Amino acid sequence: MNLSNDDFDAIGLTLRLASTVTLILLIIGTPIAWWLARTHSSWKGFISALVAMPLILPPTVIGFYLLIAMGPNGYIGQLTQSLGLGILPFTFWGLVIASVFYSLPFVVQPIQNAIEAIGKRPLEVAATLRASPFDRFFSVVLPIAKPGFMTAAVLGFAHTVGEFGIVLMIGGNIPNETRVISVQIYDHVEALEYAQAHYLSAIMVLFSFFALLSIYTLQRKQVSMNISNERQG
Amino acid sequence: MQQQDIIVRFKTSQKHFTLNVDVKLPARGITAIWGQSGSGKTTLLRCIAGLEKAQQGMFKINNQEWQNANLFLPTHKRPFGYVFQEASLFPHLTAQENLDYAIKRAPAKTSQDTYDKILAIMGIENILNRHPQHLSGGERQRVAIARALLIQPQLLLMDEPLASLDHKRKTEIMPYLEQLNLHFDIPILYVSHSIDEVARLADHIVALENGHVIAQGGLLEVLSKIDSPLDIGEKTGAIIEGKIVEKDSTWHLAAINLANNKFWFRDNGEALNKTVRLRILARDVSIALSQHQDSSITNKLPAVISDIVADQKDVSMSLVQLEIDPGQLIARISNKSINTLSLNKGSTVWAQIKSAAVVN
Repeated sequence: MNLSNDDFDAIGLTLRLASTVTLILLIIGTPIAWWLARTHSSWKGFISALVAMPLILPPTVIGFYLLIAMGPNGYIGQLTQSLGLGILPFTFWGLVIASVFYSLPFVVQPIQNAIEAIGKRPLEVAATLRASPFDRFFSVVLPIAKPGFMTAAVLGFAHTVGEFGIVLMIGGNIPNETRVISVQIYDHVEALEYAQAHYLSAIMVLFSFFALLSIYTLQRKQVSMNISNERQG
Repeated sequence: MQQQDIIVRFKTSQKHFTLNVDVKLPARGITAIWGQSGSGKTTLLRCIAGLEKAQQGMFKINNQEWQNANLFLPTHKRPFGYVFQEASLFPHLTAQENLDYAIKRAPAKTSQDTYDKILAIMGIENILNRHPQHLSGGERQRVAIARALLIQPQLLLMDEPLASLDHKRKTEIMPYLEQLNLHFDIPILYVSHSIDEVARLADHIVALENGHVIAQGGLLEVLSKIDSPLDIGEKTGAIIEGKIVEKDSTWHLAAINLANNKFWFRDNGEALNKTVRLRILARDVSIALSQHQDSSITNKLPAVISDIVADQKDVSMSLVQLEIDPGQLIARISNKSINTLSLNKGSTVWAQIKSAAVVN
């Protein structure tokens, strides 16, 4: 297989983008998932729907609105300008922000399900054993919900790797900045470089398969963890 | 001066239910919080633990306040141990790791002696490397009790720790609970709906009904009163305690001293001089005006009738309070017999006890 330097650049950029987005999503997705799993607030449905929107919206729609928001006259654009960060569209970080919105439900939902499955009891038990709320999260929630967190990470990563429409809207096609694998494949096809397109596509097929395989393995683990939790009850 | 008691005052309203409790309990021994399901006993325990926030609440143990109008210590800052109804071991940890979870978070270092003692009394030395799903219900509950002790509690809260176990496992775990009281000087609040469990384990009882305290006091006094508001029907009966003074190996009997007589009951293998608790159900006590020598009944005690009340459950029967020396018995006899024998307050009679069971 002879990949060009441009291809390697695209692969490297895609991995960098997906890792950054996954990390950010785990950090902001966890409190959202926690709140959704525990709240009795009437806002729950509203927030759930908002978080889940990217599941059904065309990426171009999200991309379009983000483009406007991050543009010179948008709210985000004005904020980033006043912070001296310039304008985000057609930059790596613009792509990161767009991907965070786009992949949010893929991270929030598995974590939310895992936390809901734990129930209140193990946390109450931990509290009676003098564990502070922080301690309870790291010593009880995280280990019991670990398969859920890993599923969330894999899904968030894989989904970011696979995005195309939103990249075109926000990122364009700038080498080493926004030209990710999916855009590179598109370029190859446009240029009738079918062999190159094949290589990259095959890599994506294998990657997707193994990502999903790992998720189904993790889900089996989470189920057996929940069953053993219940069997005690 | 150190005040050795627990002051519990909680008032909270939920949908269709109000808990309103204001009691002072001894900060030693086992206090049973008894009531039917829905009486509020678990809610009360959860309020004490800070797992539920009562609208008004005050809790004080040995002059140390956990909660009042201006103070609400969160659960993890209250120095108690909690044993939940169903086993509550962390599923991702082995039994040993579950114990370590408590040891790591206990306020002081756990001495090897204490650790060994807790493990030995709970009988769990050989199951520590197993995960909870590979332990029986009784074993899980014993590990959970050990874990609650290792947190070095000043108070142990137990919420129906036997309720999720079948009869066989219950009888298997009871002795461990008795040991608990003997070996650790920690006051225990024990929630239960089973008067049998309470009769066996508790020193003190708080009876709840619809969120209110209907009776409280020493277990022997509360259970041995005919006007006790506890609705326990067939299980109405007195409890007496005494030291085993004699054993009769021919007839497999043991005796305690009661009312200047030897009181005989089936020998369950308890050692001489051991204090046992006997339960004498009202339906097993009959009354005679003279001491019969020709009856099959072994135990006959001189007694004085101090009160007679109608049995709420049966119009043909009455409950008779008998004063023996020392203590009290309850007899359940028919109104016809009361009339025939002309029994009245102050009558001197013989109480004939058909059977008595050692409860511990």
